[in-house]
Amino acid sequence: MPEIRSPVDGANHEPPRIGVYVCHCGTNIAGTVDVKAVTEYAAKLPGVVVSREYKYMCSDPGQALIQQDISEHNVNRVVVASCSPLLHEPTFRRVLSRAGINSFFLQMVNIREHVSWVHLDKQAATEKTKDLVRAAVRRVALHKPLQKRRVPINPNVLVVGGGIAGIHAALTLADAGKQVYLVEREPTIGGHMAKFDKTFPTLDCAACILTPKMTSVGSHPHITLWTYSEIVKVEGYVGNYKVQVKRKPRYIHEDLCIGCQECITACVYKEGKTPDQFNLGLSKRKPVYLPFPQAVPQKVVIDPETCIQFKSGKCKKTCVEACGERQAIDFTQTEKFEEIEVGTIILATGFKTFDASRHPYYGYGRYPNVYTSLEVERLINAAGPTGGEVVLRDGTRPKSVGIIHCVGSRDANTNRWCSKVCCMYSLKLAHLIKERTGAEVYNFYIDMRTPGKGYEEFYDRLLDEGVHFVRGRVAEVSDWAVHPSEEGKLVIRAEDTLAAFVRRIPVDMVVLSVGLEPQADAQEVRRLFNISCSTEGWFLERHPKLAPVSTFTEGVFIAGACQGPKDIPDSVAQAGAAAAEALALIDAQFVELEPYTAFVSEEECSGCKSCIPLCPYQAISFVEDKKKAAINEVLCKGCGTCVAACPSGSIQQNFFEDDEIFEEIEGVLAYA
Amino acid sequence: MKYTYYPGCSLRGTGRAYEESLLAVFRALDIELQELEDWNCCGATTYLSVDELTSYALAARNLALAEREHRDVIAPCAACYLVLNKTQRYMHDYPDIKLVVTRALAAIGLTCEDNVRVRHPLDILLHEVGLKAIAEKVKTPLKGLKVAPYYGCQIVRPYATFDDQHNPTSMDRLLEACGAKIVYYPLKTRCCGGSQKGTLPEIGLDLIHYLLSEAQKNGAEVIATVCPLCQFNLECFQKEAGNHPPISMPVLYFTQLMALALGASANTIGLQRSLVPIAPVLAKKEIAYA
Repeated sequence: MPEIRSPVDGANHEPPRIGVYVCHCGTNIAGTVDVKAVTEYAAKLPGVVVSREYKYMCSDPGQALIQQDISEHNVNRVVVASCSPLLHEPTFRRVLSRAGINSFFLQMVNIREHVSWVHLDKQAATEKTKDLVRAAVRRVALHKPLQKRRVPINPNVLVVGGGIAGIHAALTLADAGKQVYLVEREPTIGGHMAKFDKTFPTLDCAACILTPKMTSVGSHPHITLWTYSEIVKVEGYVGNYKVQVKRKPRYIHEDLCIGCQECITACVYKEGKTPDQFNLGLSKRKPVYLPFPQAVPQKVVIDPETCIQFKSGKCKKTCVEACGERQAIDFTQTEKFEEIEVGTIILATGFKTFDASRHPYYGYGRYPNVYTSLEVERLINAAGPTGGEVVLRDGTRPKSVGIIHCVGSRDANTNRWCSKVCCMYSLKLAHLIKERTGAEVYNFYIDMRTPGKGYEEFYDRLLDEGVHFVRGRVAEVSDWAVHPSEEGKLVIRAEDTLAAFVRRIPVDMVVLSVGLEPQADAQEVRRLFNISCSTEGWFLERHPKLAPVSTFTEGVFIAGACQGPKDIPDSVAQAGAAAAEALALIDAQFVELEPYTAFVSEEECSGCKSCIPLCPYQAISFVEDKKKAAINEVLCKGCGTCVAACPSGSIQQNFFEDDEIFEEIEGVLAYA
Repeated sequence: MKYTYYPGCSLRGTGRAYEESLLAVFRALDIELQELEDWNCCGATTYLSVDELTSYALAARNLALAEREHRDVIAPCAACYLVLNKTQRYMHDYPDIKLVVTRALAAIGLTCEDNVRVRHPLDILLHEVGLKAIAEKVKTPLKGLKVAPYYGCQIVRPYATFDDQHNPTSMDRLLEACGAKIVYYPLKTRCCGGSQKGTLPEIGLDLIHYLLSEAQKNGAEVIATVCPLCQFNLECFQKEAGNHPPISMPVLYFTQLMALALGASANTIGLQRSLVPIAPVLAKKEIAYA
């Protein structure tokens, strides 16, 4: 066995005295790994002065063991073989600090996630554990003392997305006195919630509870609201982000427009000709429009695609005339870019609904009276295209309506996930349709999923109201009539799995309860903010249970349905949590960064500059008088790209220096 | 262009008209078909339901023979097309099946390396020849002949390789290029009953009934098929299918309609074999054919 090596430089030149601590983690580790054998093996490794096992090393008595050994046995290097460093590295670093030695003289060995949870053979698992512990012992001997970096936190916050989650997060932060930039892509805030008429299960009016919050955002002294805007660039790191925002031209001076809408009345188009996006194309709007009556900001928008002035330059410009002295209309407006500095970012970019035409057998787009659930939300809404009347395309009331659940959810061919909100909103729509039209309403479901406060009770209420429920996934919607009673109707065919036969139910209207999907540009947004996505495309939280609104990028938080399908209460709860996380960072006033930065050894640097363009964070500059590269420690994020690329090997990275890594590899490979 | 041609048993039996018209179409488009030498049963229905593994071995023998030719294989019969494709997929996905089949082939000195593509004539005609080239060669346009395009189940299920699984349109587009008018036919991929007519006649006949009545309701003058079994079911049982009065509608292979348009004479493409003759319809449309 080779002699244990000591660090070549660094402050600590004492010979290493290593303590090894092997954790049972109850039976999590001890069930698969012979902890005693590992501990005895480690005790004999060169440099190890003490080797112990304990049931829960992370518990207070476990920590005390280490602390005691440091003071009584002069242990100056610690190896903890337990769980992932993501979970307890901070715990054990604190132990070292409390005992008075540098906290980076610690090496953790993940023998739970990397060994006991993934192996069945106890003997082999024990041998693997020994190998990993041996590698850590050899590595830790070379550790150098490091200090975390402290950087101040900019108290301003960027919130991206003006749906209910973004609105709630922005208001929470602004009420706490922080300056908030709320950036929304559409011309108004409000998101999907603004399109609904009622909310489940209480049936309270969506606008009545949403618009007060929207107005507060619009008038809050601490909120800068930029609608019709998108983030184009994000630089920096936790506490110090530099963000560039593109503000698309709405051809209206927001500071001059008072929302009187006289320009809309005066537009040379007497009737709207363009499908109204807010009403999902169920109505038409003019080239100058306000998305909906309670839009915030209450500022109109001009659509250059359809405005005659933009197309031919020969419009009478009756809108400008109507605007008069206010002169809020400006056809020459161009896109603008704003630069802001913030310390933390909350992403609340929401979701999109499943494109129902991907299921051709449900006839969406082919049969006019097949609607998506979101379209029906607009039909039911008093401010919608029919003034709240649920009617067919020909203006008549449906006498029977079929609601098909799980369209684009729980389906191996499209999306496997449950979209979580569809059962409840389908129940809500069933209730409202029955209330407004008196129609017979049929729900076709796979499973009814109604967990939530008051949700199951709402389902019970619908059963009492006489809404029909058929358990079975619908095979098809067609106008293929077999019986005279089916002529002119849409026939829903489904296996009733409770009654065990195939039903054909003719209806006038079909509602497709479309599932929730990640936004179409979720991947671009993810890259922009340097966070991760799950395989499905939802933004990935740092930990599914214990860090649900944090991401793997410090200072960037997620809230609402961009993280996964979610109803309004859950979105608001997450938004509050994300705001609280941001506030916690801001109130700490500074943030500690890992010292894993790269550094240049000047004697060896040849000044070839090959590292400079490779750095994704522009952290490397060239010092002209010395002809050497220099790394800005504040900007360096420790990605290691330059370290690997340097042809002369003159760039090293703290905590990941070549000799530390080689020693670890040799440790794994060495036969004991 | 040259392809290996795998006729399968149907095209030498009840589906003779399919082979005759298929060869006529490919001849007219200057595509050479070289029949696979020493081919055997594809392993469809009977084998597949009695002994699956044997049916894979049978199909794999055809694949192994075809690999030697280094050309794509054309399998016009829907059942052959499906079984040959399925065998390839299963050998790829299930090592156990591959092992047994490989051993069986080795015993007769063959190997199957999974490097031959089994394709349907619809795929070749649409994606390799193209609508434009076909339209240019049309000599007898079909003058808006109303066709219900019936794909049946096996062309798109479970593997939708060249067309949409729920709403295939390749045959629609090919026949349109020949001047036909495609009628709305929502049942285009529905089951024809397969061999149910023999085992559970009431179920088989019910399915045939709907296929025929929906075609008639939507104004079709002829049903076009891609499968010998579909053609057989829809044509042979029109009197028993429970339509009042019984429907009498020609049921042709899509290749018969295409061959007609490309100028082939009726007796060379099996039109004389039809139980329900197309001649009166063509006469009504004033489509003059050889």
